Amino acid sequence: MITLKQMETWMIETHRILQEKKDYLTQLDQAIGDGDHGINLVRGFKEVVGNLSAQSSPDIGTLLRNVAMTLLSKVGGASGPLYGTAFLKMSTALKEKVEASPEEFARALAEAADGIQMRGKAQVGDKTMLDVWKPVADLAVKQGSRLSWKDLLECSRQHMETTRDRAAKKGRAAYLGERAVGHLDPGAVSTCYLFEALVKTLTREEATG
Amino acid sequence: MSCVGIVLVSHSAELAEGLKKLLNQVQPHVPIAAAGGGNEGEIGTSIEKITAAIESVRSEKGVAVFFDLGSALINAEMAIEGLKDPVPVRIADAPLVEGAYVAVVEAGCGSSLDTVLQKAQRAKAMEKL
Repeated sequence: MITLKQMETWMIETHRILQEKKDYLTQLDQAIGDGDHGINLVRGFKEVVGNLSAQSSPDIGTLLRNVAMTLLSKVGGASGPLYGTAFLKMSTALKEKVEASPEEFARALAEAADGIQMRGKAQVGDKTMLDVWKPVADLAVKQGSRLSWKDLLECSRQHMETTRDRAAKKGRAAYLGERAVGHLDPGAVSTCYLFEALVKTLTREEATG
Repeated sequence: MSCVGIVLVSHSAELAEGLKKLLNQVQPHVPIAAAGGGNEGEIGTSIEKITAAIESVRSEKGVAVFFDLGSALINAEMAIEGLKDPVPVRIADAPLVEGAYVAVVEAGCGSSLDTVLQKAQRAKAMEKL
């Protein structure tokens, strides 16, 4: 089972990785966007982590809802409302849960991916974060109770790479058309970090008991 | 006579404020609100700012929202969905400067929200040269 404590650690780990990769995300975003992706996300998740200690959540749903509200108000650009929507959808799917089974968590990921798709009006292949969210959610739902975190991470990295060779159809990069080809999508990369943090958190806790 | 309210959403606070000044000259009696920049004044857009802007110009005739680039649309949609007391609010599929200009002229004549939007959306096809 996935615990409330693990969800908190997921957020702390996400912030740590984003902090570490901030300059890289900025570089990626300078190439095909407006260059603020790393800065915006680090600011948002710093606030998320700060709020964790300030207000303790009774369950996973409440925790993820607080994360969503913080990202919505603290992260400018499209990534704020998109990540905000993802966490909001997950919070609804995991409402009042103090722990979640892999199937429940997979359904929450699927809700999040659908939310991002609806909010951003993007399709898979448009060179956006959805290119990672959707296949990862699909895999999680497909594996269900036999969900392998290693597979999930592999899937996430693989699909992040697919954004490199695509022209962008959504977001600021869409103005660049074919010139965006050859660059990874920053949102796909940060989504991959989010899943790296998740897998690292869950496998570490499993290993130590 | 009440007028359709106009909201200007831009990633830049200066751009939104500057455009508001420009448009205030055209029809001083049309309510116009700027929602530019993120919550900390950075480049970006903010759901809170957009919500406040809509609330400040709301009228029985409704509110037309103009935006500059992609994520401004996402935040404008979320602001509208979150309104506590829903008013007729629509987002214009029009260029920010020309579209809002046409909209202010039209709103100033007391036109309905539908007409204001229709005229503003025509600005997309306007030839400038």
